[in-house]
Amino acid sequence: MEISRDLFQPIAQGREDAEAIVRPSTTYWQDAWRRLKQNKGAMAGLVIIILLTVMAIIGPWISPYTYDAQQLTAEGTNRLPDATHWFGTDDLGRDLFTRVWYGARISLLIGFVTALVQFLIGVTYGGISGYLGGWVDEIMMRVVEVLYAVPFLLYVVLLMVLMEPGLKTILIALGAVYWLPIARLVRGQVLSLKEQEYVLAARALGASPWRIIFRHLIPNSMGPILVYTTLAIPEAIFAEAWLSFLGLGVSAPIASWGSLISDGIASIRQYPFQLFFPAFFISLTILAFNIFGDGLRDALDPQLRK
Amino acid sequence: MKQGEVLVDVRNLKKYFNMSMGFVKRQRPVLKAVDDVSFSIARGETLGLVGESGCGKTTLGRTLLRLYEPTAGKVFYRGQNIFAYNRGEMQRIRRKMQIIFQDPYASLNPRMTVSDIIGEPLDIHGLVRGDDRKERIHELLRLVGLNPEHAARFPHEFSGGQRQRIGIARALAVEPEFIICDEPISALDVSIQAQIVNMLEELQDNLGLTYLFIAHDLAMVKHISDRVAVMYMGKIVELSESRELYRHPLHPYSQALLSAVPVPDPQVAKGRQRIILEGDAPSPIDPPGGCRFRARCPRAKAVCQEQEPTLRNMGGGHQVACHLV
Repeated sequence: MEISRDLFQPIAQGREDAEAIVRPSTTYWQDAWRRLKQNKGAMAGLVIIILLTVMAIIGPWISPYTYDAQQLTAEGTNRLPDATHWFGTDDLGRDLFTRVWYGARISLLIGFVTALVQFLIGVTYGGISGYLGGWVDEIMMRVVEVLYAVPFLLYVVLLMVLMEPGLKTILIALGAVYWLPIARLVRGQVLSLKEQEYVLAARALGASPWRIIFRHLIPNSMGPILVYTTLAIPEAIFAEAWLSFLGLGVSAPIASWGSLISDGIASIRQYPFQLFFPAFFISLTILAFNIFGDGLRDALDPQLRK
Repeated sequence: MKQGEVLVDVRNLKKYFNMSMGFVKRQRPVLKAVDDVSFSIARGETLGLVGESGCGKTTLGRTLLRLYEPTAGKVFYRGQNIFAYNRGEMQRIRRKMQIIFQDPYASLNPRMTVSDIIGEPLDIHGLVRGDDRKERIHELLRLVGLNPEHAARFPHEFSGGQRQRIGIARALAVEPEFIICDEPISALDVSIQAQIVNMLEELQDNLGLTYLFIAHDLAMVKHISDRVAVMYMGKIVELSESRELYRHPLHPYSQALLSAVPVPDPQVAKGRQRIILEGDAPSPIDPPGGCRFRARCPRAKAVCQEQEPTLRNMGGGHQVACHLV
């Protein structure tokens, strides 16, 4: 085939027009949200978390029973799930539907508060320690190691001596311990990032240490921090569960998923549904947080953008 | 040296790093990255700084800006010793002195958009706000030859040359007078290098900038610099007007460096003698006494072992630190 001159013609669009076709200006967080929305798994996780939270708030309200109302009759105790008691009743005739959602309040509250506390304290502490370095870092990390060395159970028992057992004590106990690993994680991240040239550039521009930590170092360590935090929520829920199991957690008649499970285990052979419902929701929560955390990590990394 | 006032005057600058040797710190070896360096840069001038990898060029540039705390010495900027400045004074002087980094992939925060990166200096110094800020960012992007539409993108969406332009725009945002170019082109493709160097020269003419141009590409340094300083193991061994240095290098190290510059004319290249240096540079942790170059110097004599040479003026502003000249 012969290629002649008249086969060619100049394209209509100039370079300027081509450059005009750009996507609208977005901030970092808008962009992360857009990418998160594209991740079906993460969105499913988020929806489950929201639904569980909503149910924890309204669940006890939509049920005609209260969490501690007993029905100590032969037909009232250990009822199988039916139209009146959707999740059945326990050995004291208390409505399990109400108790599961009441327990969700306690468990999710513990999870969220612990995550928030560990995030705020751990990230700030680790960021400052790693960025300042030198003797400040030495002292701050020795403090973390000393606290780390105290056995968790021992110090929870000591706290119980000082304070009465209950939700407040559990929150203080978990909050006081859970920020330690994340502080070390953030410090390690910051140590490796602070020699990066973009940090030097920010210093050359006169950025304050505060600005460098919160605008440069922590956003760049956000991936591992968020994954760790989303994993810490189910971990805190579990920790509360076994503290309740040992009698150090919330005390009867208040329910948490942990105490419901430990009650349910007693009658696993006769009435497995008493174990099934709290165990199912605790598993669902953990699964939802894990897949959501994974998606969040991907969404926060602009280099994965397609 | 160009006529005019001295903008930056470096006096006996030293930067030592303490090398930690594990838990038992009986003896701390000291790495002398920059050891007693003095020079000055006139307003509007470009001073080239060359030397092999690890000779302390980058450390020198960063210490000048107090990105590293200096061990000793003084740096005068317009006659004021900036090493004596407190935090507030330092903050103000940072608007005048900026730096462009070597690695365009590491020097931009991957989590920030281009407009955030270039806007950060504007925010730190509270220069412009709101719509003016956006307009200023677009103006800076145009100044370095990028399209303002790129402002919403992230650094990883750009090529190396474009990223380097973003880094330059960030440095220019505070309207500096003096810019340290820390090997700004060595990480780029050869075809892009010329673009960036030409842009730096244009910016210098239009904005009246003064450069300290750090590089190891001698041909590029010759092209851009008015004067050139040759550094070896933390010391300046030769400093001269650029053309003079390339024509008549006096220090054996400069001669060896220059003999390695490729010549595009094969006829000339054939007739040239390349000086091959024996051995590696000795460790800067425990440098040998006397002249630091003597172990590799083809002409070393007894005096080189006994005495450390100092910079001597050879006339016409040509300074050299060698006993044999």
